[in-house]
Amino acid sequence: MHDATDSRTPAADVLLRMRGVHKSFPGVHALDGVDLELLRGEVLALVGENGAGKSTLIKVLSGAHRPDAGTIEIAGRRPLIRTPLDALRAGVAVIYQEFNLVPAMSARENLFLGRERTWAGLLRHRRERREARRLFRRLGIAVDPDAACRDLPVAGQQAVEIAKALSCSARLVVMDEPSATLTTREVEQLFAVIGRLKRRGIGVIYVTHRLEEVFAIADRVTVLRDGRHVATQPTAELSRERLIELMVGRRLENEFPKRSVQRGEPRLRVEGLRRGDRVRDVSFQVRRGEVLALTGLVGAGRTETARLVFGADVADRGTIVLDGRTLSIRCPRDAIRAGICLLTEDRKSQGLVLGLSVRENFGLPNLPQFASFGFVRRPRERMALVRFVDDLQIKTPHFEQPVRNLSGGNQQKVVLAKWLQQNAKVILFDEPTRGIDVGAKYEIYRLINDLAARGMAIVMISSELPEVLGMSDRILVMHEGRITGEITDVARATQEQIMDLAVA
Amino acid sequence: MSRLLSNYGMLAVLLVLAAMFSVLTVDRQAPSGAASGRQLAARLAETLQPDDGVLIVVRPSDEECRFAEALRDALEAGGYRVVDVVSGDPADARRALVRVTDTQQPLAAIACSPTTADWSVFEDLGRRYPGLGDVRLVRPESTRWPNFLKRENLINVANQIAVIAILAIGMTMVIITGGIDLSVGSLIALSAVVTTALVRDVAGANQATALGMVLCSVGGIAACAAVGAFSGVMVTAFRIPPFIVTLAMMLVASGLAYLLSQGQSIHEVPDGFISLGRGQLAGIPNAVLLMVVLYAVAHVVMSQTIIGRYIYAVGGNVEAARLSGVPVKRVVLFVYLVGGELAGLGGVITASQLKAGSPTYGQMYELYVIAAVVVGGTSLSGGEGRILGTLIGALIIAVIQNGMNLIGVESYTQKVILGAVILAAVLLDTLKRRRG
Repeated sequence: MHDATDSRTPAADVLLRMRGVHKSFPGVHALDGVDLELLRGEVLALVGENGAGKSTLIKVLSGAHRPDAGTIEIAGRRPLIRTPLDALRAGVAVIYQEFNLVPAMSARENLFLGRERTWAGLLRHRRERREARRLFRRLGIAVDPDAACRDLPVAGQQAVEIAKALSCSARLVVMDEPSATLTTREVEQLFAVIGRLKRRGIGVIYVTHRLEEVFAIADRVTVLRDGRHVATQPTAELSRERLIELMVGRRLENEFPKRSVQRGEPRLRVEGLRRGDRVRDVSFQVRRGEVLALTGLVGAGRTETARLVFGADVADRGTIVLDGRTLSIRCPRDAIRAGICLLTEDRKSQGLVLGLSVRENFGLPNLPQFASFGFVRRPRERMALVRFVDDLQIKTPHFEQPVRNLSGGNQQKVVLAKWLQQNAKVILFDEPTRGIDVGAKYEIYRLINDLAARGMAIVMISSELPEVLGMSDRILVMHEGRITGEITDVARATQEQIMDLAVA
Repeated sequence: MSRLLSNYGMLAVLLVLAAMFSVLTVDRQAPSGAASGRQLAARLAETLQPDDGVLIVVRPSDEECRFAEALRDALEAGGYRVVDVVSGDPADARRALVRVTDTQQPLAAIACSPTTADWSVFEDLGRRYPGLGDVRLVRPESTRWPNFLKRENLINVANQIAVIAILAIGMTMVIITGGIDLSVGSLIALSAVVTTALVRDVAGANQATALGMVLCSVGGIAACAAVGAFSGVMVTAFRIPPFIVTLAMMLVASGLAYLLSQGQSIHEVPDGFISLGRGQLAGIPNAVLLMVVLYAVAHVVMSQTIIGRYIYAVGGNVEAARLSGVPVKRVVLFVYLVGGELAGLGGVITASQLKAGSPTYGQMYELYVIAAVVVGGTSLSGGEGRILGTLIGALIIAVIQNGMNLIGVESYTQKVILGAVILAAVLLDTLKRRRG
């Protein structure tokens, strides 16, 4: 196995060297002597399952956490990094998934926030605008410096962040899952920007769950597992299977579990669903035991369709028929009562109340079942939860743990548990494995198959084409609010075929 | 115990404040009443021979008469002879001494209250009344005890904060959902005015029956509940920020109270009207009992019931709650309704305590109520907080106010100190949480 320090490179080329970094939190040894090395003009992918220590390592580098032990060397110096500001001065810029932008302020104002260009205490708008334009040009992105940040697309906001890093003369840029919310085309643009950064000799640490991207953009990969450094290798010497093996620590026979379910009668039928121009005349049906994939580019109207079926938004028009009965769904309560459940894409802001415990989140839609005369009978609630904790293998120290402290995969399982207690008939999964690590993904897939086997109808929204092809019985592709194609012979379908329909 | 402290860190602050004011208000307490009478009898019994005569001299006040009675009963039960009980002025005492001397019966002791013991009549007894023989003058021992910790004072503390504490229950619920209710102070005035106006105009003014007054009070509370419900509808159906809605309702309710009362206090209520506000049960004021009961109920509601869980969920993440099937609008409506009702109840209590309804009641109360909630550890951003924490917060404010009164801090200075203490208490809590 390689080690970061094995492949000795000329000292001058080493931009960042972290050695023996330790960091403990109460009850967790998050980083256990991690080494990391980044060269000038290099893209280093940092991968690992959730809880492997990637975020902690980044936070140590960015000054958000102080390491218990270990050294950080940047361009041969050892700056004292205690706060994010120290890190920025040392040339480290971090671009988090949640951008640090003021939504109501313009791109330019955000760019120079805290470093405003002034003359005698007055703002020099024109100079700022000029500099902003130059920065965006250097990055090769078209962003109007005077557009309010909240009006920019996600990619545009990201560009502002990257430009900000450049204008602070950052020498190394850390990107935390930068592609998570981007469309395919925007990801390509991002890669082009990263290419420009490379040519300027800037080192990039690219944290991601998407292995395709590792192979597309990274020069080397560093794999973390359980807070330890497992391997650092040139991407060219790795295969996808080998990389997964390094991350998971065991061999994964197959990324998608096998399944043989007899499809039954139609369960859910949606006809002529419409809301504004986001969802235009969408009709489809799902049978018992069937996994229907709903795919397309981001913004194609997939999530919006699911929200309409679930009653999260109100449809202008359309009928929803469940087991032959026409439903009138005006709010999520109606849908839940009928047996339709939605696992939202964004678990943290929509699926869970982060401050509440595992038990309380699990109970939220189910309280009437556990209560008598309005009083919640906690023993009943606990008994029900015990079953799912075993069934779904939810890893939590105890039921009173705030869900905030659970890993992404376990959070997803808590959301699933609360719906299973409802005797769901139809489950809508919106990007069920987003932000979930490889090992846990397999478990989620297995669960989806189990649910289908129990006779539920599954609608799975996903942008990851291998997942769509590997999991579904049938594929619907959406584009600009309409269903543009259906693929019934999934076994012979290709990613190209889907993309072709998606950009129709 | 350590869990209790970490859960209710403000409890520590409350205890420290109580301890501080206890130390600062230690004072000589004149012993009085039945207890000290029995105590003195016990002390006398150590030296008296059976059949010894004792003369008791007190002033004719209730306290001292109780003292004298208890003392006499205890002595007679012990087989001693109580020659006479004098309840009067020094002249009465002198006449009694002369009488005792005339009977020629030996007197062993004269038992005095702390005040009568200092009368000059009792100086030089042996020379002035040789017939008395070797007589001792005894009085109860005075003790040192903090004025703050006297039973009456503690009840007073609870009584003074009762209205604010009751309002703070509703405010805690509102704040946990992520809202705020600025109208509660004005609702006190509205409720007091509506209730007393109903008593005057509908229930027959001074001749109103108990049932009539109860119904009028329900009317006052209902008026406030209606205002609370209206705020709730504005917040849920029209998504107007709670701050703005309740600011508007604060002005509306206050204005209505002035209109209804034409700016005057309404005094035309029967004497029985004060039984809620000034009455007692087993020595504890009704308002305090009501407060304790309401806190117990609210604590159970917030920790054991569906609606309680929903309130926390709505404040923690409104979208996740909605998508989990929580009837968000009903929950929000509920908390403003409860807030209004409790403010209405607070108004009735205030009117009963003051035996009048005036539109000037409850001014600025909303700020004290919010302070109590925040000092009690509830986050203004919603989603977390505890009902019992709020009770502690309210008591902290009450203790500070009471303690400063006892040690003679004048009222302008009191405000400055109260503000500083509220800030310090919350700062402490925030620091503790950040570390934890």
